[in-house]
Amino acid sequence: METIAKSIKNYLEETGSISQFAFRFFQQAVRPPFEFKELLRQCYLIGYNSLFLVIATGFIMGLVLTLQVRPTMIEFGAVSYMPQMVGISIVREIGPVITALICAGKVGSSIGAELGSMKVTEQIDAMEVSGTNPFKYLVVTRIMASTLMLPLLVIAADAIGLFGSFLIESIKGDVSMTLYFNIVFETLTFGDLLPATIKSFFFGFAIGLVGCYKGYHSKKGTEGVGKAANSAVVLASLLLFVIDFLAVLVADIFYEI
Amino acid sequence: MRLKENINMQDSKTQKDKLVPLVKIRNLKKAFGSNLVLKGFNLDLFPNENVVILGKSGSGKSVLIKCLVRLVEVDEGEILVLGKSIPDLEQEELDEIRTDVGFLFQGSALYDSMTVRENLQFPLRRHKERMKGQDEEKLIMEALRSVGLEHAIDLMPAELSGGMKRRIALARTLILQPQIILYDEPTSGLDPITSNEIIQLILKIQKDLKATSLIITHDMDCARVISNRMIILQDGINYAEGTYEVLSQSDDKKVKAFFKEVQKR
Repeated sequence: METIAKSIKNYLEETGSISQFAFRFFQQAVRPPFEFKELLRQCYLIGYNSLFLVIATGFIMGLVLTLQVRPTMIEFGAVSYMPQMVGISIVREIGPVITALICAGKVGSSIGAELGSMKVTEQIDAMEVSGTNPFKYLVVTRIMASTLMLPLLVIAADAIGLFGSFLIESIKGDVSMTLYFNIVFETLTFGDLLPATIKSFFFGFAIGLVGCYKGYHSKKGTEGVGKAANSAVVLASLLLFVIDFLAVLVADIFYEI
Repeated sequence: MRLKENINMQDSKTQKDKLVPLVKIRNLKKAFGSNLVLKGFNLDLFPNENVVILGKSGSGKSVLIKCLVRLVEVDEGEILVLGKSIPDLEQEELDEIRTDVGFLFQGSALYDSMTVRENLQFPLRRHKERMKGQDEEKLIMEALRSVGLEHAIDLMPAELSGGMKRRIALARTLILQPQIILYDEPTSGLDPITSNEIIQLILKIQKDLKATSLIITHDMDCARVISNRMIILQDGINYAEGTYEVLSQSDDKKVKAFFKEVQKR
């Protein structure tokens, strides 16, 4: 009983602490001076450096989804609906969630480990005593870059996923690229694109926030750095599913999915 | 109980009484949970002085200097640096004071992802007004020259040896031309030859910049060579104070035991 009470207390404390950290982010993000150069560098590191992984995963995701679903669609005589089905699944759900999970692993762990190691080796303290605001320089730029880059990565993953799906369709069936993509774009509505794009921003924010929080509060020692990286991935992944569920609920109210 | 070992320093003390201390600490208390680390520490640091604070591992030496730049918040007591009360300062005022107080970290704390040049540029970016009229590149080169490492300007910290890292960190500390320099274990983890080089470098910088230094160490050789005055931090207070000669001859049991233990290492 005591252990359960302690776990609940720890959980609530951690939630409060992350909320405070998020509040501090919003407070610092709107106050000058702005670290544009570092923001651009982080956009490059988070966005460009994750692009290959996201594209490769997106492509395979399109291939696999089409290969798995096609036999069932043939069975129901609905193979001509393949572009619609794949288009909606990738754009609405699979693209954003898979991309966010990959980024939670790659970006979240790297931010957690980097800031954790900076904390342990007193680099953050060194920034502070030199009169620079380390929160603004390290945390605000990383969370912003992650929030801005994730939707772009999702768009890239969606596009390449649809292309992968088309490849299988053109090999197994008889469809031209123009026809395939015409059907996809005719099917997709504003209600499919907008909620998916908005939730991608939230995914990016959650990944950056959790990575920075875990790294910035990592305990002393190399073990602390490992734990920070690991718990950043676990917590960010969990948060992504919670955000996804809430996003679908909200989208359902506005667009009747 | 505080031990008065500074009888031989009466003359200099009389002179000091006329000076305004750059750092004044009164009744400083700091606890981590139930562990009371500092239990009422007092200190006056006068211009151009080199004061060494000696103490066993875990005695609160690093906590003490971190309190001076508010890297650690104090629980109780007064800290005045250049006449300003550190615990009460607003962030902007604190940042301003921090430019006058250089801090050399125990592990050098160079920014891993930046070159040596960028490491030295970093403190300047927020304080360009302070450095008005001075060329950034010239300041960087001067700081590197003062530690004898001009050739390392484009290297990454990972490419430097332990001693080089410490010297670059020292150059980064000096670039804002601080009035006070805090050294946290400047020779720890270094071999005796490199330690000696760092000690000589600190003395040279002291002479050239006329800065005031507060040095935290448990390296007795370093303390003996660098200090004008030593303070033994024991049981959370400034237990004994005086020159090396005075303290090493002390009859006090704790001071004797401390020196004996240090010399054993």
